[in-house]
Amino acid sequence: MSERIREKLNILADAAKYDVSCSSSGGTRKNDNKGLGDSHASGICHTYTEDGRCVSLLKILLTNHCIYDCAFCVSRKSNDIERAAFTVEEVVSLTINFYRRNFIEGLFLSSGIFKNADFTMERLLKVVKKLRLEERFNGYIHLKTIPGASEELIREAGLYADRMSINLEMPTEKGLKLLAPEKSHEDVKRPLGFVQNQIVQFNDEKKLIKSTPKFVPAGQSTQMVIGATPETDKDIMHTADAFYKNFSLKRVYYSGYIPISHDNRLPLIGTQPPLIRENRLYQTDWLMRFYGFNVNELLNDANPHLDVDIDPKLSWALRNLQFFPIDINVAAYKMILRIPGIGVSSAKKIVQARKFGKLRIDQLKKIGVAYNRAKHFIKCADTPYQLKDYQGTQIKSFILAESQSKYLKNDVQQLILF
Amino acid sequence: MIYVIDGSLESLLCAVFEWFERKPGKIMLQLEKYYQPDAFTTEFHVYKDRKKADRVWTGLKKKLDRGWMRRFYCTFLSESAQAYSSLFEFTCYIFSNPAGSEGNYGNAHVLAVAQTARKVEREKHRMEAFIRFQHSADGIFYCVIDPDFNVLPLIMNHFKNRYADQQWIIYDLKRHYGLYYNLEKAEEVNLTPEEEKNLQKTTGELHAIKENLYATLWKDYFKSTNIAARKNTKLHVQHVPKRYWKYLTEKMDT
Ligand code: SF4
Repeated sequence: MSERIREKLNILADAAKYDVSCSSSGGTRKNDNKGLGDSHASGICHTYTEDGRCVSLLKILLTNHCIYDCAFCVSRKSNDIERAAFTVEEVVSLTINFYRRNFIEGLFLSSGIFKNADFTMERLLKVVKKLRLEERFNGYIHLKTIPGASEELIREAGLYADRMSINLEMPTEKGLKLLAPEKSHEDVKRPLGFVQNQIVQFNDEKKLIKSTPKFVPAGQSTQMVIGATPETDKDIMHTADAFYKNFSLKRVYYSGYIPISHDNRLPLIGTQPPLIRENRLYQTDWLMRFYGFNVNELLNDANPHLDVDIDPKLSWALRNLQFFPIDINVAAYKMILRIPGIGVSSAKKIVQARKFGKLRIDQLKKIGVAYNRAKHFIKCADTPYQLKDYQGTQIKSFILAESQSKYLKNDVQQLILF
Repeated sequence: MIYVIDGSLESLLCAVFEWFERKPGKIMLQLEKYYQPDAFTTEFHVYKDRKKADRVWTGLKKKLDRGWMRRFYCTFLSESAQAYSSLFEFTCYIFSNPAGSEGNYGNAHVLAVAQTARKVEREKHRMEAFIRFQHSADGIFYCVIDPDFNVLPLIMNHFKNRYADQQWIIYDLKRHYGLYYNLEKAEEVNLTPEEEKNLQKTTGELHAIKENLYATLWKDYFKSTNIAARKNTKLHVQHVPKRYWKYLTEKMDT
């Protein structure tokens, strides 16, 4: 018995790992029934894989049997791999036993499509219902919405899940059609929109009737695979921006494509996944969500690709030197946020601290500003007088020379591939 | 002038009280256990007085919001001599300046308290993440730790809320005390050296088999969920520094 469960876990965790989302944040469930578990608003990473990704949830497929044949997916019908399926009880027992030992924050359950969408969704629903109702489990549950499943099933699942997600897979409709002709972005938008409407409706009701149950309290997310199809960074981030806006998504994930197929529409097996590019996309995503940047400022027709050697905030600054230097003792918070080398927490400290007197270089350093980077863009109380204005390219070379950029070394290897 | 305190919160607060009574100018704060008298500096032993300590604490609460009171407490739990000095200076600064002065990150003591508190909060968060319970034959889930800072008081509520329906013990081997949750409330426990040793052994054949299965499954999972093509050991170790590996089931050899 234990051998079989090990085998299943290996197969079904392996197949689930390409979904990079592992966030357990935004959960609001409190343990007020003296049951098991509660959700930590900011989420907890209980460990990290050897590739440095957070492990917060038990991320598995219910089954890797699938009736579809999406070229980019390991579970595709035509792929010759071992197949397995968990029973509902097995998933519940694994989740509970891992949770009790403090291995995980909860469950991330996805599945290949067996028989049809409704049949699959129904099984996923059984698992979450059993966890919540029978086991009184208040930990985090991230559930995949199966495109094409009936609205009733999706709605019911939303009563028990904290987060739901559907992956866009490819950043554009064209890219998706190329690799998965049976799929379309429309199939993703419909259920995303449905869940989004329900969330709004439940929240409205909650204002009137306190006992209204929670509905997907941690919101929805999606994932795009990067580097399998030839989209530009601009395509990718504009799609992300539209989905953030239209469906109030909590997160968009960017997953560098790991070659798993000999299909000649796809990068060859053995090709390095585009990790630096992925990292730059995440940085751009952060700039849009937390730093007040508009996607067009970062990526537009003149600049459809992110720089590989420097981060997108620095790129933007170098293209827009007319805004600098910024006097950190008077500038608005939202301008301070735009200075390379200053993050959200330093920016907040600066606006608090400057009420007590003009800030000097040594204070900025202590506060946590990356001064060697920031110095090209700021003025403070004791900034040395500078005779000449440097060009963007010069500043860039100063910064690159100074920073032992962790990416720089890898870049050489990366650049060959592009 | 040297103020000698015993390292308790009470003694620290009393030191502040005494300083304001006497205004001796610049002083150094020293912990009793490290203190070595010399012939050149005058010393002052701070005696603990609950009332004085309470007055300082209440005074602080009037000037600082909950976030800052928490930072104060966290910095205290770091147990370092440097942190006690920072807290002392910080408190004197807060009492001598108008409301809102804690926002002055240009001040070295304000910054020191904020930064130390952050380190302690990080250790607290790591314990919440890295603790791994084992289910023992007597039905209790237990775990031993030796955190850098004294974080048990900070993690108690988290574990109490989360594991409300299971008995658990988290024991700090470095500080020789632990928390025991008995399904009703969590309380402090102290064990004899003998008991401490026993706590670190797995008990009972039957349970060992079940515990081993879950440990194995978890290790399997840890391997399966990794993507070899993305291997990044540097990042991995940055997130899970080696000194925490001893806690982690997934890092244990079979
Ligand atoms: S439907 Fe999902 S599981 Fe099935 S092949 Fe496509 S991506 Fe893979």
